[in-house]
Amino acid sequence: MTSLTLVRRIAARPSIVFDALTTAEGIAAWWGPDDGPVLAAQSDVRVGGDYLVRFRMQDGSEHEARGEYLEMVRPKRVVMSFRWAFGGAPEEIGNISRVEMELRAIGDETELTFTHANLVAASIPSASKPSHEQGWSVALDKLVLCLTGVDSQWIAASAGNEKASGT
Amino acid sequence: MTMSHPTPDLSRTFAALADPTRRAILARLEREEKVSISALAEPFAIKLPAVMKHLDVLADAGLITRSKQGRTVDVRLFPKPLRQAAAWLERYERFWSPRLDRLTALAEKKEAEMHRKNK
Repeated sequence: MTSLTLVRRIAARPSIVFDALTTAEGIAAWWGPDDGPVLAAQSDVRVGGDYLVRFRMQDGSEHEARGEYLEMVRPKRVVMSFRWAFGGAPEEIGNISRVEMELRAIGDETELTFTHANLVAASIPSASKPSHEQGWSVALDKLVLCLTGVDSQWIAASAGNEKASGT
Repeated sequence: MTMSHPTPDLSRTFAALADPTRRAILARLEREEKVSISALAEPFAIKLPAVMKHLDVLADAGLITRSKQGRTVDVRLFPKPLRQAAAWLERYERFWSPRLDRLTALAEKKEAEMHRKNK
């Protein structure tokens, strides 16, 4: 129900971006935190294939994310499930979120729309009927931004939320 | 990294925010300091009891407060849960944004290498 969308314009063709996003070699190069190493990266690049990324933060804590590729259309679209295998908070155990990556060619470049959806486990109290709407409206993003003064990059990033609505 | 999942309260905030009518109500309350229930209901094609139900959900999530003024009830925004929800989303933004910057640098380097090879 809750999603975050980030958009990047990349001066590289979609096939290069796609491989950087999905191959173990690519994942090992970009997935780590700023100051810590990626300890392990595996990726079985096909629908139904699994990926795994383990990394260490500067504070020494280790984290591992895992998931399965749900959709894969090279070089246009990847959808994968996402969960913290370890290193997440106790409340996080059992929540499976969803990462969608859309690649659009613009001339020789690529616009990457990266959405991390279903961030919050939908434990809606019985008081309200579950809503079928996914994602946030732009209006709400603006509301939240007004209230919090989140940086402008986020405003641009949030604009695609309705389109990338997840399931 | 502190990627903790939201507390149940935060889940309730997001659940309350998932409905477009409730978001429209919040957006109005963000513009106007206080609005009576009848004035809040006016723009919507739904009946007053339905609006009351939405207000109950918002109040349960701690997003609004209601106060009786004679025969009218004034509704006000209580922004703290929204700020908490935004802060939580921001953590994910802080998690992914530098990674996508590195991905961008990596792909652009590979593109440049391929360009050189083809020359």
